Amino acid sequence: MIQVDNVSMRFKLALDRITSLKEYMTKLIKGQLQYEEFWALRNVSFNVSKGEVVGIIGKNGAGKSTLLKIISGILKPTEGSVKCSGSIVPMLELGSGFDHDLTGRENIFLNGAILGYSKEFLESKYEEILEFSELGKFIDVPIRNYSSGMLMRLAFSIATVVNPEILIVDEILAVGDADFQEKSKARMMELMGGGTTVLFVSHTIEQIMELCSRVIWLEQGNIVIDGKPDDVCSAYLQKV
Amino acid sequence: MNYIIRQCNNVRRYKFLLQQLVSRDFKAKYKRSFLGVLWSFLNPLLTMIVQFIVFSTLFKSDIPNFAMYLLIGIVFFNFFSEATSMGLTSIVGNASLITKVYIPKYIFPVSRVLSSSINLLLAMIPLFIVALFTGVRFTFAVLILPFSIACTIVFCIGVSLILSSAMVYFRDMQFLWGVLNMLWMYATPIFYPESILPQNLMILFKMNPMYHFIRLSRALILNGESPEFKAYLFCVIAAVIPFFIGTIIFKKAQNEFALHL
Repeated sequence: MIQVDNVSMRFKLALDRITSLKEYMTKLIKGQLQYEEFWALRNVSFNVSKGEVVGIIGKNGAGKSTLLKIISGILKPTEGSVKCSGSIVPMLELGSGFDHDLTGRENIFLNGAILGYSKEFLESKYEEILEFSELGKFIDVPIRNYSSGMLMRLAFSIATVVNPEILIVDEILAVGDADFQEKSKARMMELMGGGTTVLFVSHTIEQIMELCSRVIWLEQGNIVIDGKPDDVCSAYLQKV
Repeated sequence: MNYIIRQCNNVRRYKFLLQQLVSRDFKAKYKRSFLGVLWSFLNPLLTMIVQFIVFSTLFKSDIPNFAMYLLIGIVFFNFFSEATSMGLTSIVGNASLITKVYIPKYIFPVSRVLSSSINLLLAMIPLFIVALFTGVRFTFAVLILPFSIACTIVFCIGVSLILSSAMVYFRDMQFLWGVLNMLWMYATPIFYPESILPQNLMILFKMNPMYHFIRLSRALILNGESPEFKAYLFCVIAAVIPFFIGTIIFKKAQNEFALHL
């Protein structure tokens, strides 16, 4: 389903960020164009087969988010390759495609299109999204007037309306008030239990133990252990 | 060959997204303005009236039907400058999306140019009204007009692809482009006749794609006849070459976009 083959990702950290031509030219002439290399991932390989729920753990800066971005196709790895078969829905940050001048209804279609859903699909699921988000009559109000909780509810409802073949989740389980958190958690469980392949990043070890069938521990861009949740988590907890 | 098939599939798959982005740009443009979409008609008309007054009283232009001559130039050049300056910011302006979701990135400049094209089509309406008032006799030649519009759109997509990738690396582009755009406008015969161009520099002016698109459109509407075959050929060349250059540059640059946004 997902084949990650010897992936390495190098970032060039310009010591100061050059964004203008003049700056670039003066630095170039002075010979001050220096980069510091930083390897966010080094020779990472693993395979995920259909239906597996894989948790990824590790400290901040271990390369978890970079890995998810490479698998989603947002970043291109410096070396190595990633092969995915099936539709991917990345939930890296909810609501990043919203336009704040449009109404909730218009944003459902805009954001749905960004996530790759078809028009017919969105029309048929429209009621379901509306009901799940509990927005009611606010759906025809420009979303710049929404509270942050309402925005998150709408975004979550759009993102999870499909049953994708591959779901990529970067810590978004808890949105909205207590009731909605309960509901969204149930929805995530439903998605993960429905034969979907899931890649899941979290800092909450209990969540990982509860949900995942396999855990990968990343540290400084390398895989430390890749195995059963119990083994990996206990090793991780001991180290931390 | 495989690459072409894949791109065609992509276009079909992302048609809905393209549609959504175009309608968003279009809605956002006139949101909260009182006259709304009427500005698409008013803008070229008002510019035409101002320039008409200035140039017909100050400079005593001897171009027959100067109002129409001017308006055709203004409509096409306005489209060019609107489409390219919208295209310029299309990648940087959608940074939050590009770093969060995978979407083929050319969608952004293309959608900006297409939403400007809607404006271009709307501006055709006052153009035809003025044509009727000034007594232009239409012939079948006017049916070829979509050809010159299509060439202009393809050209603008090409330029936007180049500008939007340049903008990611150098934010100076937006200021630079404002000046270049103005220079470009003066270098295109919009309010002056072709005949005042110095003969020895003619080759330089013929390198300007906008010159060919506007010249063809004027011939079709004002003279009511289809010009020589060479005029069409020049239009196709002037549209396709920048388009290919833009595609190549964009394709090379796009993998690094997410790192620089």
